[in-house]
Amino acid sequence: MDDFRAAITDPQAVAALKLTLLASAGVALINAVMGTIVAWILVRDRFFGQSVINALVDLPFALPTIVAGLTLLTLYGPTSRVNVNVAFSRWAVLVSLLFVTLPFVIRTVQPVLLELDREMEEAAASLGAGSFQIFRRVILPNLLPAILSGVALAFARAIGEFGALVLITGNLPFKTEVASVYIFGRIESGDPRSAAAVSVVLLVITFLALFLIGALRRRVTRHDAAA
Amino acid sequence: MTRLRRYALRFVGLSYLGVLLVAPVGLVFYRAFENGFGAAWDAVTTPAAKHALLVTLIIAAIAVPANTIFGIVCAIAIVRHRFPGKNLVNVIVDLPLALSPVIVGLAFLLLFGTGGWLDGLPFDVVFALPGMVLATIFVSLPFVVREVVPVLREIGTEQEQAAATLGAGGWQTFRRVTFPAIRWAVAYGVVLTTARALGEFGAISVVSGRLIGKTESLTLHVEERYQSFDYVGAYAASVLLAMLAIATLVAMTVFRPKEETR
Repeated sequence: MDDFRAAITDPQAVAALKLTLLASAGVALINAVMGTIVAWILVRDRFFGQSVINALVDLPFALPTIVAGLTLLTLYGPTSRVNVNVAFSRWAVLVSLLFVTLPFVIRTVQPVLLELDREMEEAAASLGAGSFQIFRRVILPNLLPAILSGVALAFARAIGEFGALVLITGNLPFKTEVASVYIFGRIESGDPRSAAAVSVVLLVITFLALFLIGALRRRVTRHDAAA
Repeated sequence: MTRLRRYALRFVGLSYLGVLLVAPVGLVFYRAFENGFGAAWDAVTTPAAKHALLVTLIIAAIAVPANTIFGIVCAIAIVRHRFPGKNLVNVIVDLPLALSPVIVGLAFLLLFGTGGWLDGLPFDVVFALPGMVLATIFVSLPFVVREVVPVLREIGTEQEQAAATLGAGGWQTFRRVTFPAIRWAVAYGVVLTTARALGEFGAISVVSGRLIGKTESLTLHVEERYQSFDYVGAYAASVLLAMLAIATLVAMTVFRPKEETR
């Protein structure tokens, strides 16, 4: 038990867990907004190349994570041709996680948006609602359960991600080292016991977060049914 | 005004996808063939690269059929049968999606490694191919189940009952009635499983021990080449994996449940 406490209060482990939690929460939020926008333009807009873009959205699911990491490192690393270098910084953690979690919210919101009855929006408009009001009062409540499901999946994925991060973050302790990389480092140094201890903490955090998002989703859905 | 807003949304959405998705992937292709097709070809035909490809294909060839059969059986059990602990099974099937691959690898290491509960099997599991196959099966487990379950729910049991009253046995009903109804969902699940099996990295890098020319898969080979500053080799192997990913993508677009496309 003392070993367990020592392992999870190790400053390096705490820093890694903090970074993981913070980055995953940020990624979940950005996904909620950007995923909804992308789903919107894929369903409600019409433009040239739309079906290609629609197919490309699944690429992060199909592309091996190590290739994803290398890909991002090529464009946004030291050899960048666009003069953006985020490698070995915390931005790298954010960018890689955004890449691997990209499809989740889009793919959960898209079918709901397709099914959504446009008559409701027209009714709201004829009753004098502005477009922002329509979005906030009519569209958003219908999309929210799907957005939250997507966010939960993205969050769970972000918190455990490993392959996309190993190359681009440089794994600097206290700076860019996330929990899964820290756990990997402990295993490699022949210390599976503290690796297991930190894993347990990471799992508890994941399940707590998924539980909270699930509860929020149930609340939103119930509110929707009552209204 | 609404026109302006539409263009603004389109601009924001497409820029996001462009910066995060299209530009990086395009560049990897460019980088791999920068020094000509020959250099890339040489890099993916070194003995280590060829062996890595072989390891990856062997793993996928075992993991994908195993998970397909398990997935169909498990989905039928979840939807069509009642048994104690059913809800638990339903939750556990999704577990690999919420677990970090590194933790999965660690679990196998602790279970089969020195001093583990299943230590002392007649063959090596950890730092050998069986462990890599097991880890891959674990992480790619949920996909077929998750795709087949909703379709089974939706088609209902009427046709299966009709087949049964006409004297069809269990296997015949499955082969003639149930399977044709779920085959597209199975195909989509198989595509997702294959993508995950070919691309697995985290769990495998823990259980394999990364012995070059022995337990190095193609994804591990990419990292090892990169860390040895052989960028052409790393990019070439990446492009090979990216091509497999794009083939997967095409298959996904073909098999995707129709209501999601427009």
